[in-house]
Amino acid sequence: MEQERFDAIVVGAGPSGNAAAYTMAREGLNVLQLERGEYPGSKNVQGAILYADALERIIPDFRDDAPLERHVVEQRVWMMDDASHTGMHYRSDGFNEERPNRYTIIRAQFDRWFSRKVREAGATVLCETTVTELLRDGRGKVIGVLTDRHGGPLLADVVVLAEGVNGLVGQRAGLRPELRPHDVALAVKEMHFLPQEVIESRFNLAGDEGVVIEAMGTITRGMTGTAFLYTNRESISVGIGCMVGDFAERKVSPYALLDAFKSHPSIRPLLADSEVREYAAHLIPEGGYKAIPQLTGDGWLAVGDAGHFVNAVHREGSNLAMTSGRVAGETVAWLKRRREPCTAAGLAEYRRRLEASFVMKDMRKYRGIPALLHRNRHLLDLYPRLASQAAQTWLRVDGVDKRTKENQILGSLRRARGLRGLMGDAFRLARAWR
Amino acid sequence: MHIVVCIKQVPDSAQIRVHPVTNTIMRQGVPTIINPYDLFALEEALRLRDQLGGEVTVLTMGPPMAEDSLRKALTFGADRAVLLTDRFFAGSDTLATSFALAQAIRRIGETWGEPRIVFTGKQTIDGDTAQVGPGIARRLGLSQLTYVAAIDEVDPAAGTMTLRRRAEGGVQELTTRLPVLITMLEGTNEMRRGKVADALRAARAEIVTWSAAKAGITDVAMCGLRGSPTVVKRVFAPAARAERAVLVETQDRSPGEIAEALIAGIGTRLPALHDDLLRAAAGY
Repeated sequence: MEQERFDAIVVGAGPSGNAAAYTMAREGLNVLQLERGEYPGSKNVQGAILYADALERIIPDFRDDAPLERHVVEQRVWMMDDASHTGMHYRSDGFNEERPNRYTIIRAQFDRWFSRKVREAGATVLCETTVTELLRDGRGKVIGVLTDRHGGPLLADVVVLAEGVNGLVGQRAGLRPELRPHDVALAVKEMHFLPQEVIESRFNLAGDEGVVIEAMGTITRGMTGTAFLYTNRESISVGIGCMVGDFAERKVSPYALLDAFKSHPSIRPLLADSEVREYAAHLIPEGGYKAIPQLTGDGWLAVGDAGHFVNAVHREGSNLAMTSGRVAGETVAWLKRRREPCTAAGLAEYRRRLEASFVMKDMRKYRGIPALLHRNRHLLDLYPRLASQAAQTWLRVDGVDKRTKENQILGSLRRARGLRGLMGDAFRLARAWR
Repeated sequence: MHIVVCIKQVPDSAQIRVHPVTNTIMRQGVPTIINPYDLFALEEALRLRDQLGGEVTVLTMGPPMAEDSLRKALTFGADRAVLLTDRFFAGSDTLATSFALAQAIRRIGETWGEPRIVFTGKQTIDGDTAQVGPGIARRLGLSQLTYVAAIDEVDPAAGTMTLRRRAEGGVQELTTRLPVLITMLEGTNEMRRGKVADALRAARAEIVTWSAAKAGITDVAMCGLRGSPTVVKRVFAPAARAERAVLVETQDRSPGEIAEALIAGIGTRLPALHDDLLRAAAGY
């Protein structure tokens, strides 16, 4: 029997790999997707928020049968110190739209659904199959993969690396450098189960409405990171993450950080009486634009976390993953239609299309943020404490006149950072944000 | 040689829970697996096929989602998979199940050739009855050998098989005439990793799906709840034992301090053990 040759092999069945495989299969390509987990999603961890727009551009009617938990109607951003939080809440009935913009999801369920769509689109999906090596021809062009199963090799015109943050296949093939501790965050999370009615009354929700809390401040003990709390239908996802390099330097263990976050007076009552049934940990590529590795080459391209596509500032990742996967799939299908080979020159179109999309525009916009936070540890520690102190002074009615209170607040700012320090922080932040 | 292996899709018992109020098994969201005992039967069947030639047909009865287990069996290298699924089968006990499976095996024989060996696992991990295999053997008039630890030799021409069977207080070495039904003991072999070609074939294979009528079952009164004399009176979770895990904080503490915290913890919970430990430690 002649060796079957696929149009494309996709390594990994997370959001980016599924988006790529689905897009190519829908275009009539012969697609093989390989996943090392027992089932798609078994190895995947996320908060998790689904951004509808990115998925809608792949599967417009996904709301018909995708396993969604709650649509987000309220966003809370909290700056926390040890005993309090200063928050900004935005809640809008406008989010109760016919086609909501953001949902909480449970990835183990969602990824299985997405994978079913990929199979229905005509792709062949093999689970429990780990790609061990990329296969190259004499000129170095990637022509397929070897797996941990006997037999093979599996040949294809292009290999889409959707293998996630710790992309060992790409690393082994020398296509991407090893992860650096300051380019990658380690996040831990727990699933706390509560009856649906309790969640709805505790967070002031009706029906499928949901709340998202993003938090920063002294909860990360001076390390660069954030914490979150998302409401699912019958559970609450709660987690915290910091840069791996910071964990290593400070010798803090992630679970201790999560325990402290859970027992914070602002968080504890939200989780009261819940039962923890699941916990997970995962790496997140948060090095930003400057950490993006080579994305295309002769016969291969990288998508999703393997391409380091995470916008840490806006807590976006899965949408960048799906979009990069879709764009990769569209590029390969476009080359096929033009009967062009998947060479480095042809696949460079993928990078061009990404540059024109929000993916690269956002990545570039925040390229200065990771270094800024790394060099200015006080930003996530000092300012939340100052904000809390200011609010405390301002709100406490104790016979002190308001002008004196204003002066106390301004004085505490100046004492903590100095006028030049304050202006410097503002300037650096504005420049990195621009 | 044609071999039929009966498998069952079961909830992964490592992840199953009993509802604290209603005492029913909470199956929702619990992942399913192939009954682990059945894998020893399947591997033995695949080994014999590789050795003697022929085909392995995997059979299961269950809801449409049981297809996942069959596909997995194909990934390991089985040649064909048959799913017996029909609302008439809902609520089957071991009597009704063995009736339906026996009928399906007859139909498999008519379609792809008489099986010389039918395999089942020793028992399932959800029902734990070990009754279905023997039930099938009785209905099909097959020799019946349960708890088989090893199959040493099969002679298709002579129609005999030599095997070892675990019995109370020892091991029996037996020779039997084919066709035979074997229930395979756990730990007797190790499931292979399917080849790339098998995995590809499994992902693309059509699973043969039979309703009761298609399997040639005309008497549906023998199936499902109606054909099941067993009645479950009560399901309950055994009372939890008084053991409890305690997390000892290790952050910023020396090994000595951690050890002291451990000993103190034991002291408050298990005073007897604590005293024993101290007595033992006194010698050092």
